[in-house]
Amino acid sequence: MATRAARLSAEPAAGQAATVRGLTRSFGDRRVLGGIDLDIARGEFVALLGRSGSGKSTLLRVLAGLDREARGEIGVDAAVAVSFQEPRLVPWKRVLANVALGLRGHDPVGRARAALAEVGLTKHLNAWPLTLSGGEAQRVSLARALVREPALLLLDEPFGALDALTRISMHRLVLDLWERHRPGILLVTHDVDEALLLADRVLVLDEGRIAHESAVPLARPRHRDHHDLVALRAGLLRRLGVDPEETA
Amino acid sequence: MASTELDLPAASRAAPVRWRLPGTGWRLVSPLALLALWQLASSTGLLPERLLAAPSAVAATALDLVSSGTLPEALAVSLGRVAAGFSVGAVAGVGLALVAGLSRAGEYAVDPPMQMLRALPLFGLIPLFILWFGIGETPKVTLLALGVAFPLYLNTFAGIRGVDAKLAEVAEVLRLSRGELIRHVVLPGALPQVLVGLRQSLGVGWLVLIVAEQVNADSGLGYMINDAREFLRTDVIVVGLLVYCALGLVTDWLVRLLERRALAWRRGLLG
Repeated sequence: MATRAARLSAEPAAGQAATVRGLTRSFGDRRVLGGIDLDIARGEFVALLGRSGSGKSTLLRVLAGLDREARGEIGVDAAVAVSFQEPRLVPWKRVLANVALGLRGHDPVGRARAALAEVGLTKHLNAWPLTLSGGEAQRVSLARALVREPALLLLDEPFGALDALTRISMHRLVLDLWERHRPGILLVTHDVDEALLLADRVLVLDEGRIAHESAVPLARPRHRDHHDLVALRAGLLRRLGVDPEETA
Repeated sequence: MASTELDLPAASRAAPVRWRLPGTGWRLVSPLALLALWQLASSTGLLPERLLAAPSAVAATALDLVSSGTLPEALAVSLGRVAAGFSVGAVAGVGLALVAGLSRAGEYAVDPPMQMLRALPLFGLIPLFILWFGIGETPKVTLLALGVAFPLYLNTFAGIRGVDAKLAEVAEVLRLSRGELIRHVVLPGALPQVLVGLRQSLGVGWLVLIVAEQVNADSGLGYMINDAREFLRTDVIVVGLLVYCALGLVTDWLVRLLERRALAWRRGLLG
């Protein structure tokens, strides 16, 4: 198991998809991450909440191995996959080729086809990415991540640009795929409801530190009006500096 | 009407091309109108043949030149020059752009001299080339290669550097090797700009050919034109010019065809 990213990197602790200790990251004088400790167990669904500028995307980029300037002990399973907010499909490759891109091992195209079938895009195998809707493109991006059978799946606000209805069906899809494949997931989002509906555990990142952590011990599918969720939501919103009464 | 009975090389070469592209037939209307005006001016004696032959005379001469084999021979020589010069220039231009575009070290090594050489007036080099290479084919092909290399170099370099950094991150996340990154992301991403460079360089290439063939040639289209000047044969000169035109149009069309196939992924390009 190779390790990714950063100084003093290490493999994640046993049973973990990612283990981070004392992670710091500064851009010039500005310290964006100031000592992060984080564990993501294999098969665990973790949501990371934070206002914009809280450093949540930076943390995800460190875990993805895209940021080599971060310092600290960073152990990430070698099988890590990412889905970004903009689907970042390669526009000159058809959908199937996008999913199969860089895929090693036995029958990459067949596996890519199967992954696309899982996200319900069998009909668009030969489509150009620019002809897809936002939701379709995001599903291709998910298939491209999942086909790599990641131990850790990093989702960087993947539903942020989607309309409300598409987002709901994407939530179902992600839960469905997670339950079937059981990767550890870190979902970066600014949507408290999304975090509560999906995750086992919700972290709040504030000024470069994990300021708060809530377990969400509720069976799925969850209903946003469940009284436990309502209480959790109010607590999280307060942590994010929002008055829950105003948003209700 | 003269315009319908004419069989100008330009028209005969360009027409089937355009008919295949729906909607572009309209683009033929104004050129044909100009042609009609020209014929009218010649027929009424407003435009003496000594200055410019009538389109009908040009057409007849064109047929003669083709059937006598003069034009095909000259064309073959000129095409050979362009092919040689273009090949050398394209390989050099794209090759240097790859070296400069794919690494910082390559950029520092290649880009400054290229930018300096680019500032040299191409045709101003002709005297030097004659001293270096004599008056045979070498100076012509070298001049062509230089003219072709720069637009391709500049555009390919810009195209490579303009590839979306976010896609490079995707490649990293997907664990693409450097070779795969170049093959699947960088080169296809640079391709639209490379094709712009290709069109520019072909344009420059024809221009350089014309100039190079004027300088000193004992064969080729330029020679045919120069020879015609000695005998005040404006019809032959016009035929030669039209052949140059047609060649430019054909190569431009070929690149556009290539663009439509290679860039089919760009929504909206196919109209």
